[in-house]
Amino acid sequence: MSIEIQDVHKSFGSLEVVKGVTMTVEKGEVVSVIGGSGSGKSTLLMCINGLEPINSGRILVDGTDVHARGTDLNKLRRKIGIVFQQWNAFPHLTVLENVMLAPRKVLGKSKAEAEAIAVEKLSHVGLAEKLNVYPSRLSGGQQQRMAIARALAMSPDYMLFDEVTSALDPQLVGEVLDTMRLLSAEGMTMICVTHEIAFAREVSNRVAFFHKGRIHEIGPPAQVIGNPQQPETVAFLKSVL
Amino acid sequence: MFSSLFETTFSLNDLWFMLKGAGVTLALTGWAVLGGTLLGVAFGVVRAVAPWWVNAPLGAVLDVFRSIPLLIQLVLANSFKTIVGIHWSPFTVGCVVLALYMSAYCTEIVRSGFLAVPATTRRAARSLGLSYRQDLTEIVFPIALRVALPSWIGLTLGVMKDTAMVWWIGVVELLRSSQVIVTRIQEPLFVLSIAGLIYFLMSFPIARLGARLEKRWREND
Amino acid sequence: MNYTFHWLPAFRALPEMLAGALVTLEIAVLSMLLGVFFAVLLAVASGSSYRSLRALAATWVELARNTPSLFQIYMAYFGLGSLGIHLDSFVALLAGITFNNAGYLAETFRGGLRAVPQTQVRAARSLGMGQVQAFRLIVLPQMFRIVFYPLTNQMVWAILMTSLGVIVGLNNDLTGVTQELNVRSFRTFEYFALAAVIYYLLAKLVTVSARLMAWRLFRY
Repeated sequence: MSIEIQDVHKSFGSLEVVKGVTMTVEKGEVVSVIGGSGSGKSTLLMCINGLEPINSGRILVDGTDVHARGTDLNKLRRKIGIVFQQWNAFPHLTVLENVMLAPRKVLGKSKAEAEAIAVEKLSHVGLAEKLNVYPSRLSGGQQQRMAIARALAMSPDYMLFDEVTSALDPQLVGEVLDTMRLLSAEGMTMICVTHEIAFAREVSNRVAFFHKGRIHEIGPPAQVIGNPQQPETVAFLKSVL
Repeated sequence: MFSSLFETTFSLNDLWFMLKGAGVTLALTGWAVLGGTLLGVAFGVVRAVAPWWVNAPLGAVLDVFRSIPLLIQLVLANSFKTIVGIHWSPFTVGCVVLALYMSAYCTEIVRSGFLAVPATTRRAARSLGLSYRQDLTEIVFPIALRVALPSWIGLTLGVMKDTAMVWWIGVVELLRSSQVIVTRIQEPLFVLSIAGLIYFLMSFPIARLGARLEKRWREND
Repeated sequence: MNYTFHWLPAFRALPEMLAGALVTLEIAVLSMLLGVFFAVLLAVASGSSYRSLRALAATWVELARNTPSLFQIYMAYFGLGSLGIHLDSFVALLAGITFNNAGYLAETFRGGLRAVPQTQVRAARSLGMGQVQAFRLIVLPQMFRIVFYPLTNQMVWAILMTSLGVIVGLNNDLTGVTQELNVRSFRTFEYFALAAVIYYLLAKLVTVSARLMAWRLFRY
């Protein structure tokens, strides 16, 4: 049970943003991906659940080739939750309906079942009081936690986080990070693209440093963040800390 | 069936007659747009700045023009003219009704243009030392114009098309003149197609210009 | 001014005129339902990869927007006759207004579609929804809110356009009935003033019920 990324290349037009990345994330691991903006780390996340096609290489999720012809992406995506930088709440649905929608329509659960799941997940992220309000009434941090609950409601095996705190006001970052800490403590497999170096150091089993479409350094946080070997990593950490 | 399109009794004279009709259409449009715009700007500014007890009744009256078919407005104006004994030609009646009709729409366009200028922008202008008048001429008008002009062009074209209804009270404009020819030579599809083409040629280039202006200005925002 | 208004005959004719108003409303509603149907087809066609479909959609939209609605009704009534298609005035009016509605609404729908961010589709797909599901559950409801106001505007327009039926000989809608009464009595002003009031009330009926509907539907 793992996500295996094998020599993946990805271009937008003539611009190659991912230039041969190989990395394996085992079940139960938390891997943080750090690096400057435009280094291709967000794109890689989109490729993992097939939202972006790749040009070459392979990505295997529990042995299934994501980009092979004949792979049922809709089915595959059920076990990979993703949370975006812009939380992408569905504005026309209440918080509860946002979280209930996919379990009902994708997993075919009954209304009562879906509601029970949604209430559980929303309580888990601390939004039990907000079930029947519309997302526009929530703060950015609350919307982001709702987005996490929405992904969790599908009972995914893996969670991908794409700079989930980057668009938030500084005072709202903490509540979202706390939710993610909770998940990692529960043993959720997570890949977090993040700019929060302290967070990455604290929760990750491994940290990958991305630079110009490649992984320059990967290893335990104490090594990559605490004692970086590559000059690019040193320069990056210096610029953000 | 189609052979009639090529072996037609439609003569150059007929075309000239229709072009004269198109001239009447343009003249009606010109007067209606002139009157409608002047009134619309006046009412629009009033609606943007006046207190509610001026604003609300004015808005309600103008709304009437937008809620009654133009055809009915024309008939009513024409018969009212006879009742009170004003000797206006049908052309004049058409111009007046169309101008009032246009002003009702133009008012809302001008008003929303005015209201589209954020108070913060105006405060910024005043804080730079611009006077109230300079604020209006240098800041408010240019911004309002950008918001309003595309809609105004659309409205002008709308009025141009609506002039077609004026023939009901006896003005021979483009559509009526084609009808006259149809009655004589009995080739409605052919004659009406020419009329449609003339309308299209009068409308389409301006519509495109409006769309381009709107796009360009939106990109600059 | 030595004209005496006679309002009584006009009020006596009120039941007849209200029956006409019902026909007016009927044509307007039908033309909107058909118009929405064709507008959706046009919006789809204009995004299609077939050139001929795109050209057809563009021609329809540009003709509807750049010629008078009266011309469009004329074409349906007189013009199609040359091709051997003879429509009665009711159908010709309905066809003309439908053509017009569809042309304007196609543009509205295209704009509405563009206004729903692509990221919403992404979020939906990432939850395992199929393309059709994402469109139906996420894009369509949001688009509906965006096009709701233009849609009600077009409905008011449709009501106003029905008055043109009289020019192609329709005699049982509100304007048609009014014109018949007028020809019999020559109390033009009184009858048409009453008709104007009824049209005004019809238009208000549409805008007020639309506002109530919007208030119920769009709580977000």
